[in-house]
Amino acid sequence: MTTLSKDLAASRQFISANDAVSYGVRLCRPEVIAAYPITPQTTVVEKLSEFVANQEMDCQYVNVESEHSAMAACLGAALMGCRTFTASSSQGLLYMCEMLHYVSGSRLPIVMMNANRTVAAPWNIYGDHRDSIAMRDAGWLQLYVESAQEALDTVIQAYKVAENHQVMTPVMVCLDGFVLTHTYEVVKVPSQAEVDRFLPPYAPTENRLDLAAPKSCCISVSPEWQTEYRYKQHAAMQAAKKIIGDVDAAFGAQFGRRYGGLLEEYRCEDAEYVLLMMGTIAGTARLVVDKLREGGVKAGLVKIRSFRPFPREEIVRLAQGVKGIGIVDRDISFGYEGALGTEVKGAVQGAAPAINFIAGLSGRDVTKDNIEAMYRKVIDLARGQAEEEIQFVGLRWEQW
Amino acid sequence: MVNVRDLPERELLYGHKACPGCAAGTVARLILKVTGERTFLAYPASCLSTVTSIYPQMAFAVPSFTAPFAATGAVLSGMAAAVKAKKMQDVTVLGIAGDGGTADIGLQAVSGAVERGDRILYVCYDNEAYMNTGIQRSSLTPYGAATTTSPAGKAGGAIGEKKFKKNLFEIMVAHRIPYCATASVANIADLLGKVAKAKDTDGPSFLHIHAPCPTGWGFAAERTMEIARLAVESGLWFLAEYQDGRVTLNYRPKEFIPVREYLKTQKRFRHLGPAEWNVIEEQRDREWAVISGRWEPAGREKA
Ligand SMILES: Cc1ncc(C[n+]2csc(CCOP(=O)(O)OP(=O)(O)O)c2C)c(N)n1
Ligand code: SF4
Ligand SMILES: [Mg+2]
Repeated sequence: MTTLSKDLAASRQFISANDAVSYGVRLCRPEVIAAYPITPQTTVVEKLSEFVANQEMDCQYVNVESEHSAMAACLGAALMGCRTFTASSSQGLLYMCEMLHYVSGSRLPIVMMNANRTVAAPWNIYGDHRDSIAMRDAGWLQLYVESAQEALDTVIQAYKVAENHQVMTPVMVCLDGFVLTHTYEVVKVPSQAEVDRFLPPYAPTENRLDLAAPKSCCISVSPEWQTEYRYKQHAAMQAAKKIIGDVDAAFGAQFGRRYGGLLEEYRCEDAEYVLLMMGTIAGTARLVVDKLREGGVKAGLVKIRSFRPFPREEIVRLAQGVKGIGIVDRDISFGYEGALGTEVKGAVQGAAPAINFIAGLSGRDVTKDNIEAMYRKVIDLARGQAEEEIQFVGLRWEQW
Repeated sequence: MVNVRDLPERELLYGHKACPGCAAGTVARLILKVTGERTFLAYPASCLSTVTSIYPQMAFAVPSFTAPFAATGAVLSGMAAAVKAKKMQDVTVLGIAGDGGTADIGLQAVSGAVERGDRILYVCYDNEAYMNTGIQRSSLTPYGAATTTSPAGKAGGAIGEKKFKKNLFEIMVAHRIPYCATASVANIADLLGKVAKAKDTDGPSFLHIHAPCPTGWGFAAERTMEIARLAVESGLWFLAEYQDGRVTLNYRPKEFIPVREYLKTQKRFRHLGPAEWNVIEEQRDREWAVISGRWEPAGREKA
């Protein structure tokens, strides 16, 4: 591995989460980046272009003409055995939808960042999870992060998970648009040498284009064989559950920071009322939990980090002994409920009564008061008071 | 120039399931003989993918993969980037796509790849419709051709395809691509020479190859070469080349044969009569007037 003259030394920097992602990517030494700009992801691709232009990264940066092409170029490069990266958001993520399935089905460990933003119409550039949730079944691991530090660290972990030969499945690292992507915080940027030690160069499997052993990849497969391909994709995703935890633990051992693997619990040990959520809302919710605890309410929260693979067993265990559950979704599957709500309810199977809160759509602020009201509603539900199973938080014509 | 006798014996596309008389299969096979074993190949969803790579029977002997229909240009860019990243020497990054995968859904991606200047060789085999999905029209389907989405109506109804074929070659010329050319499966020596030039081009290159399709056009399998030749001789296909900033017309028939002699060989045109033949002939003459005005005939000394 070549040591560039500008190899990073460990530092503490006051940067945005998008910059933190860019530093994380740089430290992982991708060989090919292909990307197309979209708010609020843009500063990631700008920063990476800058790194490449300054020869701070030894990387081929391909300026493509669309997101579909961004992922297609990553596919081509990954098939040739390269570590690759791209980033997108919202309309861009949907535009590359076909490619997401293509990449996961081809078992290529591409890592991408998604700046979570809602999808038009109506147009809105602010955050919710409707873009990545719409890609739930694209066969990608989806990791949702809460802070700039977690974003940087998760990018590094993502390559380690994706490239594990038992997994060989792409990973999407999801950051709430603006609230996280554009918020500055002090971030510990590890040194290049440390990251090199954690993440060796990509070692592809034989599933690649190789002059010495020519193969046809991404081929057509008849009904007689296709189910087995799908089974293997599923098995890899299941295997990833343990590997996500292992990688997080190994990362913790080396860098001193860990995030709970598939999910992070906060004050759940003896909790009676638990809210489950993904992304930045957890930051606000922690404060509310502390306040409720001070008032004698046994509140807890679960931040689900890995939406795919879904931590079913962990959630089933957490639901034992809980009196009421609230699931906060920054998305809605029209005609049913929030996606996280469906998954959590499916896992706990009525072990505790549950309300699904639809909140923070299209960048709508989710306040401490909102979250406290959610806990109150869960408590009311647990006490047998009638509550709607699905509630849109803070509707203008309702009292919240 | 490539001497046919110098082509390697070894087949790099072998045992495919294309229909008898399929020009696309022949074109792909011949191109690989020129680009050789050190070729990385991508081809999108098309007849070519369907007849070569259905598990477990793989017909390409070079590392290859089926690209998403719209994405050939972009995957080639990614592969070219990988060639640079891995510092590989003496390899060809080759794409072979149909008219639909190139001129319609894939046009944006191929334009992007060419504009970026990536070292790729992109081949469009033009069978003038979406054959793989059952003969639907494309923007390269010629005027009057009946396809399943531009059917000929009952007497007095639609004439089949209502638009003239778009000029894909000029679209590539407009990119100021380092090398592009048209070719025909009927003119193998010309075709192979162009593949060799494209392969040696330090940057993007593009070949647009007329590739008759017995199944989609409605003619007997053994007439493929004859029909490809009639297209050239009637002026409905042209052989040209663009390099060093100028277009050269490689061949101009002394006198065009009447278009009906070409049209009458194929079922897709059988509903046409003298009135439509005239329309096609007039369009051909207009097109050639433009071509002759802009492009240099072969053999003229460079100024
Ligand atoms: C995004 C997408 N849209 C549509 C299709 C269906 N499809 C597959 S091949 C094809 C037509 C291919 O036509 P062409 O590129 O001319 O190649 P040919 O089959 O004629 O060789 C179509 C419409 C697809 N695979 N992907
Ligand atoms: S339909 Fe036409 S292009 Fe397709 S394999 Fe048959 S002859 Fe070839
Ligand atoms: Mg076609």
